[in-house]
Amino acid sequence: MLRYIIRRVLWGVALLVIVSAVVFVLFYVIPTADPAKLRAGRTANPQLVEQIRQQLHLDDPIYVQFANYMEGVFLHGDFGESYVSQADVKDTIFERLPATALLVVGSVVLWLLIALPVGIISAVRRRSLMDRTTMVTSLAFISAPVFWLGLVALYLFADDVGLIQIFPGQGAYLTAETFPAKCWAMVLPWVVLAAATAAIYARYLRSSMIDTMAEDYIRTARAKGLPEQKVVMKHALRSAITPIVTLLGLDIGLLLAGNAILTESVFNIPGIGFLIVRSIDRSDLPMIQGVVLFGAFFIVICNLIVDILYAYLDPRVRYQ
Amino acid sequence: MSDGGHLLEVEDLHVSFDTDDGVVKAVDGVSFTVEPGRTLGIVGESGSGKSVANMTILGLTRADDANVSGRILFEGNDLAALDDEGLQGTRGNEIAMIFQDPLTSLHPFYKVGAQMTEAIQAHGDASDDEARERSIELLKLVGIPDAERRFGEYPHEFSGGMRQRVMIAMALTNDPKLLIADEPTTALDVTIQAQILRLIERLQAELGMAVIMITHDLGVIAEVADDVLVMYGGRVVEQGTRDEIFYDPQHPYTWGLLGSLTRTDRPRRSGRLAQIAGQPPSLIAPPDGCHFRPRCPHEFDKCPQVPGLEARSGTRDHLDRCWLTADQKRTLRVVDDGEIGLEEPAA
Repeated sequence: MLRYIIRRVLWGVALLVIVSAVVFVLFYVIPTADPAKLRAGRTANPQLVEQIRQQLHLDDPIYVQFANYMEGVFLHGDFGESYVSQADVKDTIFERLPATALLVVGSVVLWLLIALPVGIISAVRRRSLMDRTTMVTSLAFISAPVFWLGLVALYLFADDVGLIQIFPGQGAYLTAETFPAKCWAMVLPWVVLAAATAAIYARYLRSSMIDTMAEDYIRTARAKGLPEQKVVMKHALRSAITPIVTLLGLDIGLLLAGNAILTESVFNIPGIGFLIVRSIDRSDLPMIQGVVLFGAFFIVICNLIVDILYAYLDPRVRYQ
Repeated sequence: MSDGGHLLEVEDLHVSFDTDDGVVKAVDGVSFTVEPGRTLGIVGESGSGKSVANMTILGLTRADDANVSGRILFEGNDLAALDDEGLQGTRGNEIAMIFQDPLTSLHPFYKVGAQMTEAIQAHGDASDDEARERSIELLKLVGIPDAERRFGEYPHEFSGGMRQRVMIAMALTNDPKLLIADEPTTALDVTIQAQILRLIERLQAELGMAVIMITHDLGVIAEVADDVLVMYGGRVVEQGTRDEIFYDPQHPYTWGLLGSLTRTDRPRRSGRLAQIAGQPPSLIAPPDGCHFRPRCPHEFDKCPQVPGLEARSGTRDHLDRCWLTADQKRTLRVVDDGEIGLEEPAA
C-alpha cells in the first residue's frame, strides 16, 4: 500500500510538470497580448517595454523560462509574481482559496444531504409518485445552466433585488466580516452550485441502487430474515455508494481547481475561478500557471484519496 | 396424500409477473407437500417455474409486478398471506434457502463471519461472542478447515465449493426445519458437486431437517431425493417417489429427461446424446391444453385440453398430467435401444 502511494505521488509530480509545460507552450503558441506591453501602459515608449521585457525575463528562450519556473516551484516553492500587479502568486492564491473552499465544502455537504436520501428512496420506491417527481425535477436542474440558476435565485431570494428578500445577494461575501456572516452570504451560492450536482448524484445513486437491489446477495440478505431497512441501508447502500465516492473525489478536485467559476461570477465571490478568468484576460502567465498548477494538484490529491478510500470500501481491491 | 402432519403444504400456487410484453405465468397452479425430515426433489428446465415457486415460499418474489395467489402452509401458517415483515421471523430461521451461485450470493464487501453472525442475530438476541462461536462451530460442521481464520475472511478469498459451504453454514445458523436448495451444485465443478450433495445429506440426517432440492439434473435427484416433482412450463407434470419417477415414469417429458441422461454404464447405441426437440413454451402465450404438446411426438386429439394431475398409473400417490393410458405409456416410453426415452421426431 505504501509503495503504491509513493508511486502515485511521484506520478502526480510528473503530471504537474507536464501540466506546467502544456500551459507554457499554450501561452506562447496561442498569440495573446504581449505582457510587457500591457504592463508598460498605453503610451509607453519601446525602451520601457524592452526594459520590462528584460525585467520579467520574457526575452529568454521559452525553455529557459520554463526551467527557471520549474526550479522556483519545486525547489523554492516560489510561483513567481504577477506580471500585472507584481503580487506574489502563491499569496494571491492562498488569499482566494478560502472563498472557493467555503463554497465547495458547503455545497458538497448540501448536495450529499439532498442526493443520498432522494437517490435511496426513489430506488426503493421505484415508479412511485415521489420517484417520478424527484427524477423529473432533477432532470430540470441538470439541464439548467448554473449561471441562469444563479440569476433566478438572486431574482427570487436576494435581499436587495429579490421578490422575497431573504438571503444575502450578489457581493455579500465581499462585505461579510465574520465566519457566520460569510456562511450566511454563501447560502444562495451553495444552493445554486449544489442543485445540478445533487440532481446528478441522486440519479446516479438511484440507478446504482436499483442495480444493486437486483443482486443475488440482496436476495440472500432477505432470505436470512433481515429487516428490509437493514437490507437497503447496509447491504445495498454499501455497494451502491462506492461509485459515488469516485465521482465525489473527482468533483471536489475539479471545483477546488476553479470549476466553480460560474457560481463565483454570478455571486461575485473572490475565489479561484474568478482569479483565473481575470488572469487570462490580462495575459498574466505566472498567475495562470499558479492557478492551473494548484488545480492540477487538487485533482491529483483528490484522485489519490479516492483510490486509497476505494481499497477500504471494496476489499477485493488491493493495490500492489 | 393425507391431511395434517405436513411440514409444508403448497396449494394451487400461481405466480405471474406483469411485463412490457405481457403477463408471464411463471407458476401456474402448483401444489405439493414436504414431510418433516424428507427430501423433495424438484426437477425441470430453466423457466419451468421451479425456482420462482420456491422463492415465493419465502416471499422473495414480491416485486411490484408480481402477482401471487394460492396458499403456502408452513406448520399450518399461511406464508402467502404474510407481508415482508411477517415473513422475517420465518426467513433464515425456520426456512432457510441457499442459491445457485455462491459467489454472487454472498456480499462481496463483508467478511464471511460478519454475514453469518448477522444471520444469527437477526433471530434472537445472541451476543457477538455467542454468534461468533456458533458461526465457527457451523463452519467446522460444513467442513471448512481452519474455521477461526476463515471466519475473518472475505468471500472472494474462498473457492466456489467453500463459498457454497459457507452459504450452507449460514443457512443452518438457526436450525431450520426446512432447507430450500436452489440448484446448489449447478455453478460448481463436478467433483465439488458430489461433495456438496453429500454434505447436505449428512447435515439433513444429523439435524433432521426437510430439504427441497431444486435442480435441472436428474442425477442429483437420483442421489438425494425421496420424492420428486417434475415441472414443465409452470406446472407439475409428474409427481411420485424417486423410484416411481425413475422406473415407471408416466409423462413423456419425464421420459425425455430420463432419455437425455448420459450414462457411462450403458452408452447409447447411436453414440449421440439424446435431446428433447423444440423449445420450452412461452410463459406469456403458452400452448392450449398440455404445455408439452408442441414438443411431444405422442400428441393426439385429447391434448388441447388441460390434463389434470391425477393418478393414472394405478399407484395412489403417483400423479401425472398426460392423457395417454397407462398401457399406452408403457409401450410408448421404450425407445429403440430398449431404454426409457422420448422418441425423436422423424427428421
